Amino acid sequence: MAEAHPVGFQYVVEAKNRGATVIHIDPRFTRTSALAHTYVPMRAGADIAFLGGVVNYILSNEKDFREYVVAYTNASMIVGEGFRDTEDLDGLFSGYDPELNVYDQSSWQYEGQSDEGQQEGEAHADRETASGLEQESHGPPVPADVPRDPTLRHPRCVYQILKRHYARYTPEMVERVCGVPPEKFLEVCAAWTRNSGRERTTALVYSVGWTQHSVGVQYIRTGAIIQLLLGNMGRPGGGVMALRGHASIQGSTDIPTLFNLLPGYLPMPHHRQHETFRQWVDAIRHPEQKGFWANAEAYAVSLLKAYFGDAATEQNDWGYGWLPRLTGDHGTYQQVLDMIDGKIKGYFLLGQNPAVGSAHGRAQRLGMANLDWLVVRDLFAIESATFWKDGPEVATGEIVPEQCRTEVFLMPAASHAEKEGTFTQTQRLLQWREKALDPPGDCRSELWFFHHLGRLVRERLAGSTLPRDQAVLRLNWPDEEPSGEDVLREINGYDVATGAALSNFTDLAADGTTACGCWIYSGVFKDGVNQAARRKPGAEQDWVAREWGWAWPSDRRTLYNRASADPEGRPWSERKKYVWWDPAAGEWTGYDVPDFEKTKPPSYRPPEGASGVEAIAGDDAFIMQGDGKGWLYAPSGLIDGPMPTHYEPAESPIGNPLYGQGANPARKRYDRDDNPLNPASPVYPYVFSTSRLTEHHTAGGMSRQLAYLSELQPEMFVEVSPALAAERGLEHHGWAHVITSRAAIEARVLVTDRLRPLRVDGRVIHQIWMPYHWGSSGLVTGDSANDLIGIVLDPNVLIQESKVGTCDIRPGRRPAGADLLAYVEDYRRRAEGHDG
Amino acid sequence: MTADNLGGWPDPQPRMGFFTDTSVCIGCKACEVACKEWNAVPDDGFELLGHSYDNTGGLSANSWRHVAFIEQPVPTDVLAEAEAGPGDMRWLMMSNVCKHCTHAGCLDVCPTGSLFRTEFGTVVVQEDICNGCGYCIPACPYGVIDQRKDDGRAWKCTLCYDRVGDGLTPACAQACPTRSIQFGEVGELRERAAARVEALHGQGVGEARLYGHDPDDGVGGNGAFFLLLDEPEVYGLPPDPIVPTRDLPAMWRRAGLAGLAMAAAVVVSFLGGRP
Amino acid sequence: MKERAMVPEADFRSYYGRPVVRPPVWRHDIAAYLFTGGLAAGSALLAAGGDATGRPALRRAGRTTALGALIASTYFLINDLGRPSRFHHMLRVAKPTSPMSTGTWILSAFGGAAGAAAVAEAAPLLPGPLRRPVTVLGTAGQYGAAALAPALATYTAVLLADTATPSWHAAYPDLPLIFAGSALASGAGVGLIAAPPAQTGPARRMAVLGAALELYGAHRVETSKGILSEPYTTGRAGRLLRAGRTLTALGVAGALLGRRSRVVSALSGASLLAAALATRFGIFDGGVASAKDPRYTIVPQRERLAGSSG
Ligand SMILES: Nc1nc2c(c(=O)[nH]1)N[C@H]1C(S)=C(S)[C@@H](COP(=O)(O)OP(=O)(O)OC[C@H]3O[C@@H](n4cnc5c(=O)[nH]c(N)nc54)[C@H](O)[C@@H]3O)O[C@H]1N2
Ligand SMILES: Nc1nc2c(c(=O)[nH]1)N[C@H]1C(S)=C(S)[C@@H](COP(=O)(O)OP(=O)(O)OC[C@H]3O[C@@H](n4cnc5c(=O)[nH]c(N)nc54)[C@H](O)[C@@H]3O)O[C@H]1N2
Ligand code: SF4
Ligand code: SF4
Ligand code: SF4
Ligand code: SF4
Ligand code: SF4
Ligand SMILES: [Mo]
Repeated sequence: MAEAHPVGFQYVVEAKNRGATVIHIDPRFTRTSALAHTYVPMRAGADIAFLGGVVNYILSNEKDFREYVVAYTNASMIVGEGFRDTEDLDGLFSGYDPELNVYDQSSWQYEGQSDEGQQEGEAHADRETASGLEQESHGPPVPADVPRDPTLRHPRCVYQILKRHYARYTPEMVERVCGVPPEKFLEVCAAWTRNSGRERTTALVYSVGWTQHSVGVQYIRTGAIIQLLLGNMGRPGGGVMALRGHASIQGSTDIPTLFNLLPGYLPMPHHRQHETFRQWVDAIRHPEQKGFWANAEAYAVSLLKAYFGDAATEQNDWGYGWLPRLTGDHGTYQQVLDMIDGKIKGYFLLGQNPAVGSAHGRAQRLGMANLDWLVVRDLFAIESATFWKDGPEVATGEIVPEQCRTEVFLMPAASHAEKEGTFTQTQRLLQWREKALDPPGDCRSELWFFHHLGRLVRERLAGSTLPRDQAVLRLNWPDEEPSGEDVLREINGYDVATGAALSNFTDLAADGTTACGCWIYSGVFKDGVNQAARRKPGAEQDWVAREWGWAWPSDRRTLYNRASADPEGRPWSERKKYVWWDPAAGEWTGYDVPDFEKTKPPSYRPPEGASGVEAIAGDDAFIMQGDGKGWLYAPSGLIDGPMPTHYEPAESPIGNPLYGQGANPARKRYDRDDNPLNPASPVYPYVFSTSRLTEHHTAGGMSRQLAYLSELQPEMFVEVSPALAAERGLEHHGWAHVITSRAAIEARVLVTDRLRPLRVDGRVIHQIWMPYHWGSSGLVTGDSANDLIGIVLDPNVLIQESKVGTCDIRPGRRPAGADLLAYVEDYRRRAEGHDG
Repeated sequence: MTADNLGGWPDPQPRMGFFTDTSVCIGCKACEVACKEWNAVPDDGFELLGHSYDNTGGLSANSWRHVAFIEQPVPTDVLAEAEAGPGDMRWLMMSNVCKHCTHAGCLDVCPTGSLFRTEFGTVVVQEDICNGCGYCIPACPYGVIDQRKDDGRAWKCTLCYDRVGDGLTPACAQACPTRSIQFGEVGELRERAAARVEALHGQGVGEARLYGHDPDDGVGGNGAFFLLLDEPEVYGLPPDPIVPTRDLPAMWRRAGLAGLAMAAAVVVSFLGGRP
Repeated sequence: MKERAMVPEADFRSYYGRPVVRPPVWRHDIAAYLFTGGLAAGSALLAAGGDATGRPALRRAGRTTALGALIASTYFLINDLGRPSRFHHMLRVAKPTSPMSTGTWILSAFGGAAGAAAVAEAAPLLPGPLRRPVTVLGTAGQYGAAALAPALATYTAVLLADTATPSWHAAYPDLPLIFAGSALASGAGVGLIAAPPAQTGPARRMAVLGAALELYGAHRVETSKGILSEPYTTGRAGRLLRAGRTLTALGVAGALLGRRSRVVSALSGASLLAAALATRFGIFDGGVASAKDPRYTIVPQRERLAGSSG
């Protein structure tokens, strides 16, 4: 955190000064470890074993916050008889289809619901389109009334299943899998549990060290299970927070840049699953289900009204037919492979530098070298615009600049300081920024660019009757270039008749009288005022600081904050008081906007057969979930299992110490010759991980172009322990090269005790660490770590496994030119020989 | 001359300085960059030093803040340790800067008056007066001030004289996320520092100590002083610096003596008998 | 409090072996200046003595060498400035805490005096009415320069010593002796080279006395400064100082034994000059070497602390 979020880390330092204990768990000793009280080194890719150990510690020592767990989680729900755990099936859950590598989720369901689960065909489509993510945010289809055992003793209740599942995650097993000694592990368990309960809460903060794995989503799930068991959700000082990357990464999933989502987490329609408007809407709202997704039709219609204006009518299903459809995996990695295969002709790159930043750099560059045209909008001439003349493939002869067919258009972009707009951060807080200065030269904002691009395209298409052009022609496109605030107003939504700004998503209607660009953001322009621009200093308001910026939904600072009160609506403790029921006034009140219907009392029980919002009971704190509960066990929605379980990374030097099943069986693979994965082989004996340096930013486009940053870390390097340096004859400050089946890259060597060998499953494992910031253009250049990495993805969200892989390292520089290809190929051949 | 009016200004301001608390430094180098941005200091070249994460090397004409990185591992056989479980190590980080000494060697020896004491008690080079004689450079007991190769003048931290004059915080302190660099009145900072050491000792960090805070040390105390977690020399600081000019009277006496001896020798030579 | 384990101490700890104090940025111009300054001072004294005791050859050689050496000094000084065009900024202030400021004023005053003295040597070439005043002015300049000469010769020792350069600073009690002695020897060398044996008696005695002072000072510097003597006895500085000592010895021997030979006298004079040059470069280099190695900053300071805290 100190490395990549130094400004946020000031609060950790502040807390430490006030007496907090800081523990850092990481494969290498970092600037964060330097400030921690305890540093726990561990093997990259093994966190589920560690966290599973924590779950086991909590359950076997009864450290859970029992009242909370019974009231607000699904611990008491009974799971169907057909369910089989990985403990029974040597690493697989019931329902696995070895052909498609996905699960039929029927057997994971609650008792009596087995027909609700996804069939494997659906699960396959879900994985291809990464709609597991959508499912989770929607609350997957689960009916309201599920059999429960509040005593938590039923052998098939979630609590007992969880207990059995994690029983094997003992401190000894944690040591065997992660290389963490039991004392250190127990120190973490004790600290976490001690700081949770009625009087205290613990926040879990994670970032991409946890996400970029073939089991990334399940990493976070394990963290969420612990937080639920300890009663740390929906309460002040609790929660699970992702430390974000680019300034508005949260914003870029809310108003998505993702292929499978529309604004506000509405799914992008799938050509088969959502043929009609009704199918689409019902897939979101699940008619019999409880929760706020029941109103999805209003959100969907209002979005279409915003897109198509007057052209969207009830008769034409609000223009649903004009929306594009998914046909399968259109994720960034599939697209690159499609480019290599000649299936994609043109590409826009905005604020992204995949030639350096995305896994399998060679595939990225070869794909882009096989386009007709490529538009790069960036602040600098980044590698993704110059790869055809200075990329590594030019040296190996795979790209010949004179013959490269891609026409590259580099469009200069204005930076964030040169345009107005909002950033949305991890707390879902929108903060408005003013423009500080005019962009230089021909640089223009995205808004300018797309307004005029849209205008010009629409002019070219004017009069076309081709069906494919209709969507663009019907768009509600203004003639005048809009301002940033105009866009925010559109996102907030308005009354179609009067144009008045809406004040909350509850104002949205399904009858075409409202338009709204993103339902969860509705209210950000309440009363016609830019609420995101509020900047009342913290000292002038209470600690929740509700007059700073604006949080979605409904300016709510902490989600599910109904859980900060006990089932009767009383604060769990005076110290942790946040939102509570005021019986006198007959309403929910507190420091934050209650995440509950304001006047629904704690004692409310839904009538028989109720659905939607009406079905939410007075103690159903998790109002977006289909059963109103926080999920310790996910009966549906996840592609790779209802409970996290430890799998080895796709590339690992050891077998899975827990099961016969090694890696995540449902991981997304692209088995092609140009995407080889390292077999488990002594040819690639070491584990490597990649991440960030404080001194650089991601693919380097914004730091390697600046002298003041470049001088601070001027060269690509690789960190190794003294023991590995001795084993391989590596010299501090000298050169070495790292080899995988994709590439060999060279770097300067830092021999440091910050990396240390671990004893894992009875053998010594050496880990190597590299930053991934270098590429071929800029003030300082160097080989890219991403060239080493192959494409293998988490099945739920299609994120690449770039935090862990296997490799070899050798002293000296790598071969150059065509020799490099032969060298890598030779390694591959030798590894195949050892395979098995 | 009171401690707060070192420059003998008719309208002295309170003496301003830094307390740099290295126990909370995260080595982000924001201070280095902010200083360069604000003061338009040139880059210092693109060289990988291999000194942990320090690629700046030290303070220089082109780096007025420098963040030192010191890795202190346990010196045992690491493979054996993998068996036993890894031991502890420390990674010390410290942002160094000009000390703005009470008795500043650089200022004392500057023959042009280019170096002067501001109304805030800080030591600043006037770039339009410096003639590049270089005398200040070996005169600094901390190796801070330096000559810029291409323009020959001496450069160092100005304690952001321009900002402080406008009531602003120096750029480096402003940028520091963890408040490792604290700017303020020296007297108040000394109290804060003493309290911080005490607090750390209370938390079991016995190795915490102050450096440069003592008005009785060889330079009369620093305007910019530090909390360190190890001996000063580990961070590249002199353990007991003394302003060279402290001995200047004695030096002149010795020179006078030698001069007299010289004169006497000449007299003797010429009057000491005719060959 | 628990002692933290760390890398075993060698004999001292430092930051990656980097210097603590900054080595002087001065180049060998300054070492050369130390020599020419001393030469100018010694020559001025020689001229005054020669004039006072009726040895015109010594006067003439002393006066012209003083001016020549002064011009060379000024050149070296200005050449070493990062911004030569701003040399005059030195003359904006007179700053007693700055040996360089004091030195600049000494040098300027000496320059005027020595200049007048040297110009007076050309008096016979001037038109009649000018000769007398120029000669008088020259004599005044000559004695003025002689009066300033000890200051000129020894202030440079203070200049070096008033730094944090460890071996210079530690040597402050003895450097002036070396510089004074060396200046005397240089002046003597000029006399030995330029004057006929009949007039060189005082120069020979000056050589002996100068050498004695210089050798004594050097001996102190090389032996009494603890580890800070090391830089003067090792490396290039050590070689230069040893060469200086040998050349001084040769020069003195020649001066004493070669009384009747003009050639031997001249050779011994040259040897004394070379000795002065080598000694100054040696002292200069010794200081630079002491600044480059952090040991010389840290160890003595540590010892001092250990001494004071018991
Ligand atoms: N200076 C700087 N700041 C940045 C960025 C930058 O490039 N430079 N990028 C921004 C972006 S886009 C993002 S997404 C964030 C990312 O922020 P972070 O996720 O904090 O960044 P990383 O450095 O990639 O990874 C964090 C840590 O995860 C560790 N790690 C790797 N594998 C594992 C594992 O299996 N388990 C555990 N427990 N740890 C593991 C790595 O050793 C590393 O120390 O940072 C943002 N901030
Ligand atoms: N091996 C490995 N690979 C990784 C990671 C890892 O940890 N390890 N981390 C991954 C993560 S978390 C991320 S986020 C990615 C980042 O990877 P990328 O997003 O590909 O890399 P960036 O360098 O951040 O690219 C952003 C570009 O946007 C440009 N830019 C900045 N502002 C603007 C703007 O306003 N408009 C436009 N048009 N352009 C702008 C910048 O100049 C820069 O070139 O890398 C991923 N790749
Ligand atoms: S770069 Fe910006 S967002 Fe990231 S830590 Fe620094 S201030 Fe915060
Ligand atoms: S630290 Fe050095 S440069 Fe700074 S004031 Fe003191 S003597 Fe001068
Ligand atoms: S270099 Fe400049 S600042 Fe330093 S002493 Fe000389 S004139 Fe003064
Ligand atoms: S005070 Fe100003 S000049 Fe000095 S280091 Fe900080 S930013 Fe640089
Ligand atoms: S800005 Fe602060 S925390 Fe960062 S390196 Fe400088 S002193 Fe340390
Ligand atoms: Mo990111």
